[in-house]
Amino acid sequence: MIDSSERPVLEARGIVKVFGQHRALDSVDFTAHAGEVHALLGENGAGKSTLIKILTGAYQPDGGDLLLDGQPIHLRDPLHGQTYGIGTVYQEVNLLPNRSVAENLFLGRQPTRFGLVDRKRIDAAAKDLLTRYGLDIDVRADLSDYSVAVQQIVAIARAVELSGKVLVLDEPTASLDRNEVQRLFDVVRGLKAKGLAIIFITHFLDQVFELADRVTILRNGKRVATQALDTLNTTDVVRMMLGKDVAFDHHPSALTGATKGAVRVEFQQLGRKGMAPFDLAVHEGEVVGVAGLLGSGRTEVARLMFGVDTSDGGQIKVDGQPVTIRNPAQAVAAGFGFCPEDRKIDGIFGDLSVRENIIIALQAKLGWVRALNRDDQIELAGRYAEALDIRAADHDMPVKLLSGGNQQKVILARWLAIDPSFLILDEPTRGIDVGAHAEIVRTINRLREEGLALFVISSELDEVVAYSNRIVVMRDREMVAELDGDTIAPDAIVRAIAGTAPGKPQEARP
Amino acid sequence: MTRPTVDLRPTTQPPMPRSRPIASFFTRPQVIALAAVLLVNWLLFPGFFTITWQDGRLFGSLIDVLNRGAPVAILAIGMTMVIATKGVDLSVGAVMAISGATAATLVTSGVSAPVAVLAALGTGLLCGLWNGILVTVLEIQPIIATLVLMVAGRGLAQLITEGYIVTFSDPLLIFIGTGSFLGFPMPVVIAAVLMILATLIVRRTALGLLIEAVGVNRSAARFAGLSANALLLIVYTFAGFCAAISGLIVAGDIRGADANNAGLWLELDAILAVVIGGTSLMGGRFSIPMAVLGAMIIQAMNTGILISGFSPEFNLVVKSAVIIVILILQSPLSARLFRRLPGAQK
Repeated sequence: MIDSSERPVLEARGIVKVFGQHRALDSVDFTAHAGEVHALLGENGAGKSTLIKILTGAYQPDGGDLLLDGQPIHLRDPLHGQTYGIGTVYQEVNLLPNRSVAENLFLGRQPTRFGLVDRKRIDAAAKDLLTRYGLDIDVRADLSDYSVAVQQIVAIARAVELSGKVLVLDEPTASLDRNEVQRLFDVVRGLKAKGLAIIFITHFLDQVFELADRVTILRNGKRVATQALDTLNTTDVVRMMLGKDVAFDHHPSALTGATKGAVRVEFQQLGRKGMAPFDLAVHEGEVVGVAGLLGSGRTEVARLMFGVDTSDGGQIKVDGQPVTIRNPAQAVAAGFGFCPEDRKIDGIFGDLSVRENIIIALQAKLGWVRALNRDDQIELAGRYAEALDIRAADHDMPVKLLSGGNQQKVILARWLAIDPSFLILDEPTRGIDVGAHAEIVRTINRLREEGLALFVISSELDEVVAYSNRIVVMRDREMVAELDGDTIAPDAIVRAIAGTAPGKPQEARP
Repeated sequence: MTRPTVDLRPTTQPPMPRSRPIASFFTRPQVIALAAVLLVNWLLFPGFFTITWQDGRLFGSLIDVLNRGAPVAILAIGMTMVIATKGVDLSVGAVMAISGATAATLVTSGVSAPVAVLAALGTGLLCGLWNGILVTVLEIQPIIATLVLMVAGRGLAQLITEGYIVTFSDPLLIFIGTGSFLGFPMPVVIAAVLMILATLIVRRTALGLLIEAVGVNRSAARFAGLSANALLLIVYTFAGFCAAISGLIVAGDIRGADANNAGLWLELDAILAVVIGGTSLMGGRFSIPMAVLGAMIIQAMNTGILISGFSPEFNLVVKSAVIIVILILQSPLSARLFRRLPGAQK
């Protein structure tokens, strides 16, 4: 176990990192000791990846100090970090898939003979090295011939060989199955026993409890806590990550008493590999909120509903009629709208005008022959810009010049313009300012009152509580609980997310 | 339960002309560049603007610029839409050779000329469709996907002509390359008609907007319910069709199909014309007439250097200098510089 008086291998003191106006890290302290696994937790935007990039040298801090074995260091780049003994393995293995395992292990430091790469020696050394990691594979085969788990272990072996003091594992288990995770963990435990300091980033809480000794939790760029894990339970951790400390706005009682309309959309046994099949019905005038940590499968559910990913089976009904949704175009034809999580990548057409951004989905639905003429476009854009209070000097200006909140409203307007029957919102308030935030929440409430069926994903628990009639809780790519009426309470949600005391369990899966 | 509703009146009103004042047209870098090139040509060769009427058609250097520039202008019309989707079509030069070879081989083997022309156009459509399938179904990057046909296309053309330059004396094919209509050379008439038709089709329907949307952000296009693949197929097929027309013109002009040299490197001129016309290689906003203007700038330079008596080697150097100037004028850097100048802001 860790002796707290022992000097850490790697120490970060009062790290500050500023991007533009945004303080991504605000005097964050972090220590990694030899022979410990230190988990780093936090929701999206908490500052995890920024901190990791500073620890490995990818970013330079705007304030604070990095100390290695008590000596201050300044890392120019990750390569420089490596010379100090700090190695990183990313979720996406960044090795060369089309080169052999052995070449990947020794790339950049190949033993040579008469100026030529000595293949035999490389292969023998690679074989020998990997045996120590419990891998007995043909090192001459291409790296891509092996599973992601094996590739991860190869990446770890390379990182440890090159550095050997501190190993950063950035979501290494995200694309592994259970057995592969265990295999990886065995390797990590072996390295821990050898005295490496290991920093472990993941979204999976159970893995944190299984592998890590200590945890540091970040929220909004600040360190919330650093604690030994044997003093904590999952509920504590979830509470610290979400940071709501039972200070939720209370669920409006008017909502719980509201009478539901008819069933608008019904999803039966939708699922795919890595995503447990789910059943869900959403009624007219109802908001179903989704709570769960990042990586719990929230976005995957939305993508399945909208046909971005195709379901392996199951059925979708709209107003009682079965519909086929195998791509977004079919979803739009069925009257679905989807405001995706990543506005920039999946949402806005930056160079197109505000007006064109608003009418584009309707135009796609009409087909290219039936063009909306300019007057129709101006009228539509004007109507929805007014309804949603989109602040743009001119609807002919490129949408990329608008603020994040206004861009989000433009995407919302785009879907309202198709007269949707069902609207999916994935993190509708992420990255927008406080004022626009409140407006989006008000708009969600108004759309519900107007009879729309909505499915809203949000990491902000108080926000979900404020507008949802029902809340489904997701954990490990599965809907694990459904709360409605009086059972919607912050504590119940936190417990359901942590998996300690589920609310009303969903029907057992076959 | 009032859900927001949308009333869709039938679209009988004429759709938008891009609302830009006429004055701003003349201050565009492309228009200024063309004017400058023409002016230089006139200084080098005072008879440059002289146009005469002879044997029922117009003659003169200016007409010659239009006539010689037509094949690249036609390629540029198709290329504009491809580039607007963030793609590129390197195969159009080779498709020109295939189209010419098809028409020439068919007429010399006794097939009637209209059938041969239709067959050549059909070959172009097929070539474009092939490119489109590589780009959409197999998801190959456009530059690689069309490189396949760029290389293989000349081989195909040679197989069709069996390695010979197939000459013909069919009046219809020759008319396409060298005839005239209302005094204008046929290639100019074809290019103008195609430009107007293509512009009307993309701007009167929603095709133009949807193509721009796919080019600006293909992922967002998918999320908004656009069928990007269908649009890409249309665009590449159309580019192949345009290349086939150019191929017919070039073959008719020399009364023969030269599989090795017909359309050689013209894909690069076409890409250049599109870029000079202001359509970004990053996709998005496009303008077909401006691309045609770009083709004319390129041809005006070619013609100017030829008639001024400089050796043709100069052509390449001068061309690249002018291109650099135009691209600098269009760059974000110069936009920033101009904005800083007082009074430069509209």
